[in-house]
Parts: sequence; C-alpha cells; structure tokens
Amino acid sequence: MKYLHSRNRAILREMVSTDFKVRYQNSVLGYMWSLLKPLFLFAILYIVFTYIIPLGKGIDHYPVYLLTGIVMWNFFVESTMIGASSIVARGDLIRKIRIPRYLVVMSSSLSALINLGLSLIVVFIFALFNGVMPTPSWLLIIPIIVELFVFAMGMSFLLSALYVKFRDITYIWEICLQAGFYATPIIYSLKSVPEQYQKWFFMNPMAQIIQDARYVIVTNTSITVWSIIHSAVAFVPFLVIAVIAVAGGLYFKRRSKYFAEDI
Amino acid sequence: MINKKESAVVVRDLHKEFTLPQHKNSTFKQTVVNIVKQNKKVTQKVLDGVSFTVDKGDFFGIVGRNGSGKSTLLKLIAGVYTPTAGEIEINGGLTPFIELGVGFNQELTGRDNVYLNGALMGFNRKQMNEMFDEIVEFAELEQFMDQKLKNYSSGMQVRLAFSIAIKAKNEILIFDEVLAVGDEAFQRKCIDVFEKYKAEGQTVILVTHNMETVRRFCNKAVLINDGKILDIGNAQIVSDHYSRLNQDVITRSLNATNQKYNSDKSLTVTCLNVNNKIEGAFKAGEIIRLRLTYKDDPRIYAFVFNIYKRSGEHLTGFRATIDEIDNVRNTKEIIADIPARFAVGKYHVFVQKLDSTEQVIGDVFDGPEFMVTSNLVKGETVWSGLVPIEHTLYSAEKYTKD
Repeated sequence: MKYLHSRNRAILREMVSTDFKVRYQNSVLGYMWSLLKPLFLFAILYIVFTYIIPLGKGIDHYPVYLLTGIVMWNFFVESTMIGASSIVARGDLIRKIRIPRYLVVMSSSLSALINLGLSLIVVFIFALFNGVMPTPSWLLIIPIIVELFVFAMGMSFLLSALYVKFRDITYIWEICLQAGFYATPIIYSLKSVPEQYQKWFFMNPMAQIIQDARYVIVTNTSITVWSIIHSAVAFVPFLVIAVIAVAGGLYFKRRSKYFAEDI
Repeated sequence: MINKKESAVVVRDLHKEFTLPQHKNSTFKQTVVNIVKQNKKVTQKVLDGVSFTVDKGDFFGIVGRNGSGKSTLLKLIAGVYTPTAGEIEINGGLTPFIELGVGFNQELTGRDNVYLNGALMGFNRKQMNEMFDEIVEFAELEQFMDQKLKNYSSGMQVRLAFSIAIKAKNEILIFDEVLAVGDEAFQRKCIDVFEKYKAEGQTVILVTHNMETVRRFCNKAVLINDGKILDIGNAQIVSDHYSRLNQDVITRSLNATNQKYNSDKSLTVTCLNVNNKIEGAFKAGEIIRLRLTYKDDPRIYAFVFNIYKRSGEHLTGFRATIDEIDNVRNTKEIIADIPARFAVGKYHVFVQKLDSTEQVIGDVFDGPEFMVTSNLVKGETVWSGLVPIEHTLYSAEKYTKD
C-alpha cells in the first residue's frame, strides 16, 4: 500500500510539474506570469469597477472584495474546464499504461490549485495595500479552499467521465459557467439583491464559498450563509458539494475501467 | 523431486468484448437519434475464452495474425483494459511497454522526460534516482540530458525511451513489437538485452510477428487466432504453426487471384503436396511437388526452375528438357518432386522458358511461394545452413594410409 502510494505521488508530481514547465515555455518572464496574469487582471477590474461602473459603492475595500471573488471563481472555471477534458486529452496515456485514471484528473485540479495559491498571494498583497489589516481569521481561508477544491474536483470527475462519451459536455458546461458567473455574487454585492431572495443565492455552493472567503479576508460586513439562514438549511451548499463529489467519484470509478476503449 | 514452478501470470477463461455502436454517440443529438431509432449496438468478441499460465522465468511469446486479439490480450494483462469475463492473476510487479516513451513531452528536457516516463511506468522518485545514471549511460546521451526533447533526433529519442524500458527492473516485463522499430543497430541492442534477460531468468512476455525472435528467445508461446488459443506450448512448434497459418492464407489468396501478375498466360506453376493438393507449407523432409503446365509452343526446348530464398539468395536452379520428359505422354505437364531438404524459411519459385539455342523466351515467370518449417518430430535438421551438402568422412588414419 505504501509502495502504491509513493508511485502515485511520483506520477502526480511529474504530471503537475510537466504542466507548469510546459505552460510558460518560450516566454521570457516564465513563471512570473503566474503572478503577473492575476495582477494585470486585477488592475483592469479595479479600474473598470471603481471608475467606470462603480458597483462597489458602500462596500469596504471593494477592490479586494472583488478580487477575492474573481480568484475563487477563476479557480473553479479553470479546474473544471481543464478537468473535464483531461481524460480525453491524455488519451495517449490512458490507452497505453495502467496509471490510476483519477490521477489524471487530480493532476489538473492540483495545477489549478497551485495557480489559486499564487493568485491569493497577489490578493493578500493587494489587501495590505488597500488597508485591510491582516488578522488570524485569514487562516480560515484554508478550510474554505479545501471545500472549493473538493467541489471542483468532484465536478471534474463527473464531467471528465461524461466527456469521454458525450463530447457536448464541455460546451454545455461552458454555458453553465457563464450563467453561474452572474448567478454568483462576484462583481456585484448581495446587498444589492432584495433581502427575501438572498437566501436562494446560497443554494449555489460557489456563492457560499466566495462570501465566506470575503468574510474571513476582507470584511465581516460580507453577507454569508450563516448570517442570513439560521437553520439546517445553511448546510445545503455543503450537501450539494457532497452529493456532487460522491456521485462524480462513483460515476468516474465505474466508467474509468472502460476509458481506454471508449476514448 | 518435483519442484513446481511458481506462476507469474495466470489467465483464466478470459473473454473480452467491445461494444461498437454503429455511430459513436459523441454528441447528444446522435444519442437522441440513436435512442429513438433503437440502434442495436454491435458487440465484437475479441477474446473468447483464453487460458494460460506464464511461469516465473519464462520468456513467453504471444503470436497471431493482425486482428487476432493478441494486442487486446496484452492490454488486458497490462491492466489497460478490463476483462468482460474471466480473470488475470499477476504475481509480482509488472511493467508493460506497449509503446516506448509513453508521455514523452517534446518541450521538456531529456532529464525531465526520464523522470516523467519512469513515474508513468510505475517507479517512484527514489527508484528513478537510482536508475538514472545507468539509463543515460546506456542511451549514450550524457551531454544531451539538459536539452529539450524536441532538439533530439528521432533516433536519440528512441534510444532514450528504450534505455528507460530496459533499465526498468521489475519482476515481469511486457513488450509489444519493440523490435519492429529502430534501425539495425538498435535491433541488435534489443537482441543483446533479450539475451541478457534470458540468461538472468527474467520473466518476459513478448508480442511479435517476428518468428525468428520467438524461436530464438521464447521457451513457451501461445498462438491466438480469432480470439481463441490455436496452439500453446513449445515456442518452436507454435511459431511453425503460425508460419504455416500465414502461408495457408497466402496460398489461398494466390489461388483466388489465379497466381500472380504474370503477363505470360501460357504457363501455370503450382506447388502441391504428395497427395496433389495445393500446399504452401512443408515440414523439413517432405516432398515439394511443383507442377508446370504449358501451352504447346514449338520454340520451347526446356524449362528452368529457379528457387530463391525470400531474402534473395538463389538456392538452386535446375532444368527440365521437354524432349526427355514429356514427349511420350504429351500432356503438356511437368512434375518436379523436390525433397524439402533446405533451411527453414520462405521460398519463391521462378520459371524461365528456353529455346534450343539456350536463349530465354519471354519474361521470367513469377511462380508460387512456399515455406519450409522445422520438423522436430523427425529431427530432419541435423545440418545447418541453407542446404545439407554431400560430404564424405574419413578417419585421419585412413587418409594418411592412402
């Protein structure tokens, strides 16, 4: 068992590092882009949403508030989109060797997770510049990221196994993500939503995750699932994630035996 | 003292079916259409009840024609496919090389690729660190390890991939047609490595079309045909069986197409056995009967039968003068019986027509092909080389007396 473990670790490590080495091939700044990309994205968003469309009026530290949302959402998009096509994309491996299939999906999720970590570093720097005081509550971002990672990976397992059979999945998922971007309080604040509808937004796990992240990093005026729902219903987003993760995992496990012949 | 060998791979009643949708349901529209139309999926049986055991230390060959199911069998053993029914028991670590250099990335350095490929083959970092120097040394690529793979020549890439494969130590190794790639020097290297495996008692499972390789290295082999085991056991016998199987197919297709593309329609040459049945494969020592029929042509004085080895060597040529043979019965048919007393392999018969001035008439006639297989039962092949040569032996004393 220990042997298997170290083998799989080696595979994951090599696949993730390959991913990073290849990503910035032939670029002068190389790995710097992992930091520069979110930095420039933030700069653009900052200008747009503070000077051109000031959606963030009345929210403390709106730029950091916005960036936190964007970073969490981008991770979800990146890891599920790449995860969905990961099995088909690595068909060359799947058809020829017997590596555990879940490693392929996991490696793409891990690559995205590393990017998220780098982006969060930029967010923290922004936060300090913006006058947000670092507090111990920043550490609570870790369990939130764990939750987000489980959600994204469960979704990736489900999508990647479906994608082997139905190549429409990535298109459908892209549309879902587009809709999700506006259904989730990322660029706008939940405060601008009529109070009676607010709780419905939290049936979407991404809303719960992003609002919690904002609460622990930016401002405790951020509306969270805990602050507006005072019953067991507050656990619905977690239930959604659990169902997707378990269903995704089981479906993936059942289909993975046939990936080699179905791709 | 019966010392029962330990088994490395046990395959029990293995079945594999593939589902072949008429149109692959790749989009929802197609799926919907197919559901509505109730398209029946076609299942294709690729393996139909295969059982065998590979013992530890065996050099085990899997042979069969294209589409026989041998690659599927290999992928099942390697764990890439899941059996439809039956089971595979594997005792010990197994490293399959269905393709060399799996996962090689052109944008990575040679060093990174070694670790990547090694990890995918099932070795952890520590094991790879231990093997790394040996791999690089064997590939003779020490100066190139920090260059990107895309700057390697294709030969260098193959060398690197192969070095990883052969330095990878595991209890059971699987190779699929490895010898089919690479130049002569590379194949030579493969052969050396196989020799070493054999000497060390390494368990190897090998899929190949090359019967020379099977005869040379394998102690056991299995012949797969249409998803079933046609023959299993001694590698010599199985490889001969495979060769005969192939020759049958060639003979059949030749009969079907009425010989080859000869412009000369006045001749037919067929290869028969002693029962006058068309035959393409002969065991050493059997009689090969060549039958030549021709249309009457006053110019023809004699025929020359030339037998070439497929590799090009001219084995022999002999002539048949019509007046001496056929003038009595005037059947316009000549029979030549030849005992198959030459080396195992494939042969090709060519026939020429000569006129009375010994000039060749028309084109050379491209005749039948046949093959000679070894005959272990009779032990016919007590000589080596292409043909046995007549020789007289004396004791040294007698010679000096004379």
